[in-house]
Amino acid sequence: MVGIVSYGAYAPFYRLKREEIAKAWGGSSIGGEKAIANFDEDSITMAVAAAMDCLKGAKRHEIDGLYLATTTSPYREKQAAAVVAGALDLPRGVLTGDFTGSLRSATIALRAAVDAVKAGSARSILVVASECRLGTPGSDFEQLFGDGAAAFVIGGSGVIAEIEGEHTHFDEIIDLWRTADDDFVKSWEDRFVLDEGYSLNMQEAVSSIMKKQNLGPSDLAKAVFYTPDARRHIEMAKKLGLDPKTQVQDPMFAQLGNTGTAFAPMMLAAALSEAEPGNRILLANYGDGCDAYLLRITEAINGFSGPRSIKGHLESKGTLPSYGQYVRYRQLMPVETGRRRPAPVSSAVALWRDRQMLLSLKGAKCNSCGRLFFPPQRVCVYCRAKDNYEMVGLSDMKGELYTFNKDQLAFTLDPPLVLSVVNLEGGCRFYSQMTDRDPEKIQIGMTVEPTFRKMHEAEGYHNYFWKCRPLR
Amino acid sequence: MKIDAIRDKVAIIGMGCTKFGEHWDMSVDDMVIEASYEAMQDSGVELKDIEAAWVGTAVSGGSGMLLSTPLKTRNLPITRVENGCGTGMEALRNAAFGVACGLYDLVLVVGVEKLKDSGLSGLPEFMTSLYAQGYTAPGRWALGATRYFQAYEVPPEEGKKLLAKIAVKNHHNGSLSPKAHFRKEISLEQAINAPVVAWPLGLFDCCPTTDGAAAAVICATEIAKRFRDDYILIKGFGVAMSAGLGKEDIDYHYNELPETEAAANQAYAMAGITNPRQEIDLAAVHDCFTIAELMEYEAIGFSPKGRARDDIEAGTFTLEGDLPVNTDGGLKSFGHPIGATGLRMCYEAYTQLQGKAGPRQVKDPKLAYCMAQFGHPGYLGPFATILGRRD
Repeated sequence: MVGIVSYGAYAPFYRLKREEIAKAWGGSSIGGEKAIANFDEDSITMAVAAAMDCLKGAKRHEIDGLYLATTTSPYREKQAAAVVAGALDLPRGVLTGDFTGSLRSATIALRAAVDAVKAGSARSILVVASECRLGTPGSDFEQLFGDGAAAFVIGGSGVIAEIEGEHTHFDEIIDLWRTADDDFVKSWEDRFVLDEGYSLNMQEAVSSIMKKQNLGPSDLAKAVFYTPDARRHIEMAKKLGLDPKTQVQDPMFAQLGNTGTAFAPMMLAAALSEAEPGNRILLANYGDGCDAYLLRITEAINGFSGPRSIKGHLESKGTLPSYGQYVRYRQLMPVETGRRRPAPVSSAVALWRDRQMLLSLKGAKCNSCGRLFFPPQRVCVYCRAKDNYEMVGLSDMKGELYTFNKDQLAFTLDPPLVLSVVNLEGGCRFYSQMTDRDPEKIQIGMTVEPTFRKMHEAEGYHNYFWKCRPLR
Repeated sequence: MKIDAIRDKVAIIGMGCTKFGEHWDMSVDDMVIEASYEAMQDSGVELKDIEAAWVGTAVSGGSGMLLSTPLKTRNLPITRVENGCGTGMEALRNAAFGVACGLYDLVLVVGVEKLKDSGLSGLPEFMTSLYAQGYTAPGRWALGATRYFQAYEVPPEEGKKLLAKIAVKNHHNGSLSPKAHFRKEISLEQAINAPVVAWPLGLFDCCPTTDGAAAAVICATEIAKRFRDDYILIKGFGVAMSAGLGKEDIDYHYNELPETEAAANQAYAMAGITNPRQEIDLAAVHDCFTIAELMEYEAIGFSPKGRARDDIEAGTFTLEGDLPVNTDGGLKSFGHPIGATGLRMCYEAYTQLQGKAGPRQVKDPKLAYCMAQFGHPGYLGPFATILGRRD
């Protein structure tokens, strides 16, 4: 039996009310709010967050591959999956791959993972979908798009959702696109896109897989399918013969927005958190064609725990005060940095040399005195034993805030920069910036946790490291 | 260590200091020349009689040619020194070693910094690991302030008021110092309500970014009388490098400055001081931020741990108090050109010990404690120098 062994998700902390967008540009709001990646997040960091959530329910040592699906990799040339694998401290022999270019990337990666496990070339594969797309300022897309990520472990043992059937077909149609030079998603006239593209392809895929599996609409406990917007979601449910009230997974438009290739996967994670043994779930995803899967929930889901539900992610949030703050976070305009310090510097050599510390957040545990310290150093902080330590991962450790500041002088896109001294539960001090925080609510003694973030873009590349955030 | 190797062996016979401030019209060379010549004129020594020199700067140049080029000395042995914000004091300490060992009789010491050519409000960035990037000096001292307030149960509003009193004191003293960067008094309300720089520190809790230079001529004590009667003696030094443990050692407490305490104790031992609060007549401490001055009172034995507030409230450290601190305005008001600061402190102590400090003169001082210091809680390099009058 091959299927989903674990699942996880990530919705960034911040929300932007759509009325703020409407206020900025005139016109009307479609209502609700959308999830916004913080200024220090991108598709790589959100992928790490979703994968960390997912790995809480999986056997990490059985992961043989990491497939990352995104149309918004921070790099055009350079593998994003390798960064994610490094941050997760996966073994060097793991097959890493980026699946990109299509909103269907996530379900294509899923298929590749299922095939690899079925073929016996991998015990399990971590599939992560992550997206941070930009709608042109003032466009409908700007209101519709949200940011987020989902992750699944596909494997052959401990399966909670067996994959019973698959369908795929491609369709070359110019409906949505970004050329190599575009920052914002472009679209052809919407009636053509929605009718000839989305609607026909989706119906073809769903009817095909249902027919192949000899099932009717009433056999489905839940249908999870991509939709460009909330109205089309209900229309599609009706076209597929489903009851929109009971059989269809809520696309979370009011709280999250359309998260591109991560959208259907995030809906699937939401559906799985409420699924019961025997339930049959349809997963259908659109983009340059259509993929469909039928999943059957197993008894194993009863004993499954670990990851936080999408609901948990959506309930833990902060609201951006204005559209201007969103513009700042996404750097849609040049931003005043003050006559302070020059741009940060970086060395690719130093990043490479310190990758265990910087990328995988590993500290050193002294073999002489047994104490743990960060950053890892040759001479023990406590007993001064030389070259007698082992590396220990810290990214799963919660911590207590020991002291902090709120620095208005330090440059950050989200002032004040909060510098925090944290004592991790493993007995390790962690000196770090605090993100996803309300400056008014920071207190000595509060619980925080490490989170993988982009520090800056010195030397023309992305510099990633770990910060801490109030426990979500 | 031979504890008596330095005490009273070396005398300061002349000192100089440029006006501190934003010297748009002065180069590093200009400031070196001005401070050096003032010190030499004060001592009565001519450049041709100088046998060796030490020059300190943190970021304004490199090598001993920092001195030989502007002064046009020929083949003089010159050492360039850098040791963070203690650079000027470190130049004096190493120069004193050269005299105390008997190698040189007359040595010139200069500290200089040119910060305002950078176009930055604040200090330039040094290349650091991603692990420690994006942080500022006030931000790092704010970590200490936050923890100090928590540890000693000082409500933040009260804490801010305590710090403001230090700023008000130092601005008052600066107003009496002709060479200070800032010569304006401020009110308690101004200090408390100033814009936040790094909470809980506000604008008046922070020292400025300043250009300046200071210099000294030192000699072996046995020949000091040839130059003047009121020469000043070096009584002791102390230096203690931190291992950077604040970021790493879970047992490191941000409400104390153990390295500062260690450096002070080294200097006290050399100078034969057993009760600093009673024996010392005035002090210059490193008030890069007001919280630093507060924590230093406790580290150097002026106030009991956690009780600096009692002395601040009592006015102990004002010009009229029992133990005046930062009589010239300190870094806060006199300014902080990094490489010059340690020597500027000695310049004020020298002036006070000679009874020449004018309206800010402390009554009949015999012993002065000076302390420059780089870093922040958990990452400190304190440098202590004790100067005294001859018997």
